[in-house]
Amino acid sequence: MTAKKAGVRPGTVLDPAEPDGPRDTAWQRAKDGYRIVSPLNRRKFSVIVVGTGLAGAGAAATLAELGYDVTSVTYHDTPRRAHSVAAQGGINAARAKKVDNDSISRFVTDTVKGGDFRGRESEAFRLAEESARVIDHMNAIGAPFAREYGGSLNTRSFGGVQVSRTYYTRGQTGQQLQVAAASDLARQVRAGRVKQYVRHEMVDLIVKDGRACGVVVRSLLTGELKPLMAHAVVLATGGYGNIYFRSTLAKNSNASASWRAHRRGAHMAMPSFIQFHPTALPISSEWQSKTILMSESLRNDGRIWVPKDPADARPANDIPEEDRDYYLERKYPAFGNLTPRDVASRAAKEQIDSGHGVGPLKNSVYLDFRDAIARLGKKEIAARYGNLFHMYTDATGEDPYTVPMRIAPGAHFTMGGLWADYQLQTSIPGLFVAGEAGFSYHGANRLGANSLLSACVDGFFTIPYTVPNYLADKLGQELVSTDDPAVTQAMEDSYARFDRLLAIGGTRPPRDFHRDLGEVLYAGCGVARTKKGLMEAIAKIRAIRADFYRDLHIAGPVDRVNQELEYAGRVEDYLELAELMCVDALEREESCGAHFREEYRSETGEAKRDDSTWAAILAWGTDSWEGTPAFIRHVEPLNFDAVPLVVRDYR
Amino acid sequence: MRLTVRVWRQATPTGAGRFETHSVEGLEPSMSVLELLDKMNHDIALEGGEPVVFESDCREGICGACGIVVNGRPHGPIKRTPACHQRLSSFADGSTVTIEPFRSGAYPVIGDLMVERAGLTEIMQAGGHVQVAAGTAPEADQDRITYSEAEEALDFAACIGCGACVAACPNGSANLFLGAKLAHLAKLPIPAAERGSRAAAMVEEADRIFGPCSLHGECAEVCPAGIPLVAVSWVNRERLRRGVLGRDS
Ligand SMILES: Cc1cc2nc3c(=O)[nH]c(=O)nc-3n(C[C@H](O)[C@H](O)[C@H](O)COP(=O)(O)OP(=O)(O)OC[C@H]3O[C@@H](n4cnc5c(N)ncnc54)[C@H](O)[C@@H]3O)c2cc1C
Ligand code: SF4
Ligand code: FES
Repeated sequence: MTAKKAGVRPGTVLDPAEPDGPRDTAWQRAKDGYRIVSPLNRRKFSVIVVGTGLAGAGAAATLAELGYDVTSVTYHDTPRRAHSVAAQGGINAARAKKVDNDSISRFVTDTVKGGDFRGRESEAFRLAEESARVIDHMNAIGAPFAREYGGSLNTRSFGGVQVSRTYYTRGQTGQQLQVAAASDLARQVRAGRVKQYVRHEMVDLIVKDGRACGVVVRSLLTGELKPLMAHAVVLATGGYGNIYFRSTLAKNSNASASWRAHRRGAHMAMPSFIQFHPTALPISSEWQSKTILMSESLRNDGRIWVPKDPADARPANDIPEEDRDYYLERKYPAFGNLTPRDVASRAAKEQIDSGHGVGPLKNSVYLDFRDAIARLGKKEIAARYGNLFHMYTDATGEDPYTVPMRIAPGAHFTMGGLWADYQLQTSIPGLFVAGEAGFSYHGANRLGANSLLSACVDGFFTIPYTVPNYLADKLGQELVSTDDPAVTQAMEDSYARFDRLLAIGGTRPPRDFHRDLGEVLYAGCGVARTKKGLMEAIAKIRAIRADFYRDLHIAGPVDRVNQELEYAGRVEDYLELAELMCVDALEREESCGAHFREEYRSETGEAKRDDSTWAAILAWGTDSWEGTPAFIRHVEPLNFDAVPLVVRDYR
Repeated sequence: MRLTVRVWRQATPTGAGRFETHSVEGLEPSMSVLELLDKMNHDIALEGGEPVVFESDCREGICGACGIVVNGRPHGPIKRTPACHQRLSSFADGSTVTIEPFRSGAYPVIGDLMVERAGLTEIMQAGGHVQVAAGTAPEADQDRITYSEAEEALDFAACIGCGACVAACPNGSANLFLGAKLAHLAKLPIPAAERGSRAAAMVEEADRIFGPCSLHGECAEVCPAGIPLVAVSWVNRERLRRGVLGRDS
């Protein structure tokens, strides 16, 4: 690979620090080799965990339980509201309790292959191995998983796999896991083992002598900035799909914690790998603030189709069978409506782009339960999906029991994130990353229900081994003093940043810039990408950024609640990350998973990987954002041992 | 469509509040009440004013962050629906909509429509958890939970922690929230092992912060998660069970 584009400079080859030898036993061997801190010494170490989603709440609660001095930070008013709460469909686990022939190796194969061979195989093994414990733990601390009539755990199947390994609680799996994890954390807070900062946003990372030693947080109530010091910092700050303005994410989800860490030297891996969820609700009004997600589990029983004739204006139920195109079942008979997300999203976009889209704006496809209701009865369908149907009715005013739902691809999950090694340590020693904020497991496409699992595994079962391993040889090391120049500099930088934003004194609120950015990204770096489109997007992003610094308007003061100022800081970071996303997508001259470069496709029109060049992780450093940014491209070669490289084919 | 919005403005927790009136145009019936506030804030910002502070996050009815009083009802006119799912189709074109913060003694106003609901978290900290350390849990299939037990637990576990029940209650009691949590955990075998001490701790905390329930039933009417009114009876049930039997499990 050669760095050939303007602004891109070659960097180093990164070492994931995986254990040598066979991957199926790597995690056990890694754990055997990790150092531990003796119980009496643990309270001498401070760890900051930013984020209280499944990854953050899990990490904070578990480190506290072990005896470390833990500080937990979230911008929510209470940990339970972290975005993990919104996940619906379920959580995978390779417990292999059924006779459908599931196994750890099948889980690994599905995960690696689902990710189109652009994730680490070794990490998929860890996910699979710890998955059984995750279910046990979450069950024990109060998540009421769905049960069979006889009392054992129930499972359902999800896109991209042919076995049933997804554990769920109705359509509220994320909520039940999140509430359980947040209460685990609440127990530690009440016991005095965790110091909790709510309504505080991390606005910078503090690095001294190349090591992470604290964070700067800003009170969202008073605007006060404060340094928090620790021996190690864990970022569990979630994904940044919200960069597209309209996404399935919560409105406050953002990239700032990761981006600020990146600005302090942490590499950002594969930022352009964004999953577009095939079953989001279409946009229906200009002021619509997001795209609501309908759980993928609906694809178990719903059939996706469009009218064969683009001009067919009949109501869905009046269109007879022969005039319908069940395009997923037609193109992918083996997986049908359960093809992986990237395939389903791309197929939907093709239908919409070719004029077959349905609905008033012709921007969606049908997800039809007519046949399932005829087969199973309305009651059974209501039991399976009742709350999702209710939500759909709330959002659209339509009744999915009688007319098909309408769905469209929406920006969803970020497979990219801060680069980290097998220990979840970023390129800054002492800075760890957990959950969606990291990058490692999912490759170029996340399989449904693997993300709640990865957040839980990171939080409850990886961080508690790897952070102590890092701390073990630092006994006696004092916390960096808040008078240290590294700290005062970070504080000054943060003050200066907010002052600068407030001083622009233009006319446009931050949301306007975000909305423009979202449009540019959907068009240029969305479900499909081209070289030309990406170059155009970069130019437009730069123009929006220039406008932002010229014309941003922030109403209100700095010293009490100011949601416009919060928003502006997040948009500022998005505007930089967005350019890096396009550079990343431009650089990767192949198609894989959610990254579909139209120039690289097979004879049948499917994504075409180039393993000889691109079986690698690109992890970026950047600098010179004040002028023309420079992009330093580090590479981690990937190799596959247990799952041989094959072309993904879901036919 | 066009709406006249009477909205509560209060810059600081201790300052006086007042209603302010805005006329908002260019709305669609499919917009949510929160999207109405977005549009109104956009207009306000363009005119150089300070946008109205309000909370939301998921906008999918699950995080519990949103919560405002619309035309006198917590969350808005449609029963059992969170503010982020309340649509403008509920209002006649040209009508006036009044928007205020959740009102309750235990919810100090932070600014405009934003209130502090930390009391609910404190109840959870007092006992809404299970003493199982990571890595020590028994196999999840070992304790059988029948389909219907699990479903009942789920009916109560659905609470999104929005706090509307408190805002709707003439007494400002949090017993719907509290009862839902107690019932959810009492119905599951491992959490049930601590139900007595849990109830004692949580009820005491809830009484201290929010006060008792006298069964007005307004809470269940506004609850976006459909928590049934019977949840409040779990508070006394669990308290008595502990008091009379003195048992934990
Ligand atoms: C609608 C939807 C449905 C989904 N359904 C599924 C599913 O069925 N199955 C599945 O496996 N996955 C699903 N996912 C994905 C999955 O929910 C997420 O990837 C996962 O929950 C992420 O967890 P997390 O702990 O990494 O981050 P989050 O839960 O997003 O938590 C992030 C935390 O970081 C905090 N934070 C962020 N930035 C800062 C900052 N600067 N300062 C302070 N705090 C900060 C936030 O306050 C929050 O506490 C879904 C996602 C969405 C959007
Ligand atoms: S019981 Fe209902 S109204 Fe009360 S906090 Fe829970 S979801 Fe909200
Ligand atoms: S914004 Fe999350 S419930 Fe309304």
